[in-house]
This record gives sequence, C-alpha cells and structure tokens, in this order.
Amino acid sequence: MSIIELIFGPQHPALHEPEMFRFHVDGEKVIEAIPRIGYVHRGIEKLFEQKTHVQNIYLSERICGICNVAHTLTYVNVIERAGDIDVPPRAKYLRVIVAELNRLHSHMLLLGAVAELMGFTTLFMLIWRDREKIMDLVELITGNRVISAYNTIGGVRRDIDSDKADKIRKVLLKVEEEWKEYKKTWMEDPTITRRTMGVGILKPRDALKYCVVGPVLRGSGVKSDVRKDDPYEVYGDIPFNVVTYDTCDSWARYMVRVDEILESINIILYALDNLPQGEIRRPLVRRLPEAEAFAKTEAPRGELVYHLYSKGGFKPYRLKVRTPTFANILGATIMFKGERIADIPVILGSIDPCFACEDRHTIVDLRSGKSFMLSSREITRKFSRGSKP
Amino acid sequence: MGLKPKIVEKVLSNLLKRPFTEQYPFEKPVIPDGFRGVMKLDVDKCIGCGLCSRDCPSGAIEMKKYEHANRSVPVFHLYRCTFCYQCADSCPVKAISMTPVYELSTPDPFKLILEPKPEEVKPRPRGVRK
Repeated sequence: MSIIELIFGPQHPALHEPEMFRFHVDGEKVIEAIPRIGYVHRGIEKLFEQKTHVQNIYLSERICGICNVAHTLTYVNVIERAGDIDVPPRAKYLRVIVAELNRLHSHMLLLGAVAELMGFTTLFMLIWRDREKIMDLVELITGNRVISAYNTIGGVRRDIDSDKADKIRKVLLKVEEEWKEYKKTWMEDPTITRRTMGVGILKPRDALKYCVVGPVLRGSGVKSDVRKDDPYEVYGDIPFNVVTYDTCDSWARYMVRVDEILESINIILYALDNLPQGEIRRPLVRRLPEAEAFAKTEAPRGELVYHLYSKGGFKPYRLKVRTPTFANILGATIMFKGERIADIPVILGSIDPCFACEDRHTIVDLRSGKSFMLSSREITRKFSRGSKP
Repeated sequence: MGLKPKIVEKVLSNLLKRPFTEQYPFEKPVIPDGFRGVMKLDVDKCIGCGLCSRDCPSGAIEMKKYEHANRSVPVFHLYRCTFCYQCADSCPVKAISMTPVYELSTPDPFKLILEPKPEEVKPRPRGVRK
C-alpha cells in the first residue's frame, strides 16, 4: 500500500490551539510525523526589548495564560539575579504557594480536557468542577482567576492572612479527597487505560536524546525535576517526592500529572504551615546594572528557561525564553511512530502542548484609521518622526 | 463493567443537586476582597508624577494636562487596560484604588475612558504636602 501524507491541523490537533502536523501514514499506521510550528508567533521576545523591566512582568505572563505564574516567577528570578536583589522569606513561600496552585489548575485542565478527548465526559465535568475551586482560591489570593499578576520584582504583591490560609487548607483537603477517587479512575477505568496504556512509547534513551522535559521526561522513568535538582525559591526546604512512572507510555505521562497534583497539595499545605512572618516585598527596582542572568523553574509543563542580557538601564537588551513545549515537541514525533491515527490526539495531549507559549506573539496594531484606540502620547510618538499624521 | 460504581454514584447524586454553574445575569458571582475591577482615582490626592503612566504595561494611562488647574491627571483608557494594577502599586500617594466593578461591556468605547471632569480637578495648593 502506498504511503499517504495526512495533514493534521492547524485547527486544534488535540487541545484548542493551532498547530499543524504532517503524518506519513501507511493505512492506519503512522510512519513519520513532521511538526510545523509557528502559527501563533507573536514576536514577544522583540517586544520585551521595547518595554521596561516592570512592564515586562505583565508581558511575560501573557506568553502562556495557563502557566502564567511560572512565567512571572522565572522572569522575576532572572531580574533578581541580574540586579542582585534579595527577596524576603515570606515572599518566597507565598510564591511557592501560588506557583503550586497554578500547577494544580494547569494539570487539572489537561487531565479534564484529555478525558473529554477520550470520550469520558463525566470525568471531564468532575475534574473541571474541582478546578473551579482552585481557580477561586487563586482569585482569593491574587485578585484574578487566571492572569494572577502576583509576583513582582523583589517579592509578591499581596499577603495572605490566617482566614485566607484556613480557607485554602479547607478547600485543598476537600480537593485531595476527591482527587484520590479520580486517581483510582485514571488507574483502573478501561475507558482510559485501553486508550493510553502501551500507546505512544518514549523510551528513556530517546527521552534524553531528544531533551524532553517535565512530566514527559518523568513519565519515561527519568527522575528529573528543577525543583529538586536546582532548587529555586524555597523548594529546597520543602519535602516532596519527584513522581516517576516507568511504563514510558501516554498513561505514564498522565499518571505523573495525577500524582503531581497530590504532591502539589502537600507542598501548599506544608508551605502554609511553615509560612514565616515578615515583609512581603522590597522596594521596586526599576534600573538594572550591566549584567547577564539565567533562571529556570519547573513550570507545569516542564523546565522553563529565561536568559537575560542587560546593558544597564530600564530595558533588557535581550531576553530569551525557552518554553517546555518547544523542548517536548521533538520527543512527541518519536511517540507517534507506529501508532494508529485514532491515537494521535491522545498522544499529543500527553505532552500537554501549549503552542501559544512555544510560538511567541506580536501585539495587534489598531492603526487603521481608528485613532481613538491610541492614546495621544502614542500617536505623537508614532507619527512624530517626519511623517505627517 | 466499565464505569466504576463510585463515579456512577457521584453522577446520580449530582442529578438531584442544582447545577454547579452560576446562572450569571440572574445570579451574581461572589467577588472576593481585593478583586481587580475598575480603578478609581482620587483626584485630590494625585500629585501628577506620571509614574502610573510610565509603568503601565499596555499604555492605558495617559497624563492629561488641565490648563485651568495647571496640573496633569491620569486618564484611564479601560479598553486597553489589563487590570494588573501596577498603577496602584507604583502610585507614591496611593491615589488609585480598586473597586469590585467588573461589568464593562458597552457598544461605545468612549464610555471606557475614565476622565475626571474639569470641575473636579482643582488647582493644588502650593507648598502643602499631604
């Protein structure tokens, strides 16, 4: 039988984001997968160079809406390293709490969406109902459900009191109880196990060769987690396990996330119990010296890397961002080999793709005659260089 | 076979409960303290330093000069605002505060410009610091 090229996407190959894959298929079997990335390129790295360090905090969290706390955390880490700014211990604990809440909601979002991909809508509804409780907690602490704008240079922006801490504890214990039930479902229910077990194998050797990160790497049995290997904030003081599964299939990658939710709940509860007293932020530093800095954190999807080069002043000279999906996408092409077409969404879902953070975006310009959409300051700035308004 | 009894039990019990979804226009969601809604400017406190405008990540704040009072006051263009509240953080006199107002849909973008009326902007007394 001849080999056919099957085009998958660019409209939502698995989750709701545009990316295209070209699959060479022989009948039902996938022989080769070629990703074509860049549909949602926004030019954010260039935009970083034109905004000040303070404005860039809010730009960095718009790289990825789902893991926004991980992005701001890495960004403020890289600024603090470049500017040699120390952070109060209470702020470090608060950062960990919000980052872990972010991980909870991100993993729940994926596991729910994947349950729906597999046709298990009941589980999808139940998981997303619990996710809503986590989002309410994030809103309680930070003031917004998704884009939290919580971390800032030299600390965090809001404090929590004992009432809020009690509420967080209460909700988390409830979610933990429910989540143990869902874990049983993920482990035993044939709707899930028959779709995922033995599907999309990524051997540890391949995982290391293609440099995959995060839950994808841990699903291949490699014990690697930035929180443990190179602790940032206060992860060094908090006891937690690095979850690994060694069946190397899609099921293992989902189970890593299921278990990480339970670990994250424990981390938050520990951090709440050991929250030190004191101030939560240092005075804002707007100007950086000439410096180069590097920071990495464990985002929900894996290792997130920021590299800053500052030539002094208010703006960065260059800021490079490496998001986890960019590292995982090559590993995914290995997983597809030899699988059936019907398994493609489940395998792609198992790397938790976030294409919008992989292709960084540009802002939309509203210059088409609608001058009221620009402030007068910006109009002056745009049209003052020779051309007539 | 197939579905676990626990989940079936949960599904059946949910059938008897009211929907988890909030019936939005009829039933307003509970807004926690510190929710970042529309900002409010205390014109009398403002010293017109322009830090809010400089730090705004989306360029939503414009410093408008009021000639009669001889001072500048921030004007908020809410259609650009991302509600991050960096302006309130940066304000040295805490003149910007938050309100729990979140219903902002309007067909007229001019309604989304928070601009103090000229009579609200009074000249600042000289030599007096609050």
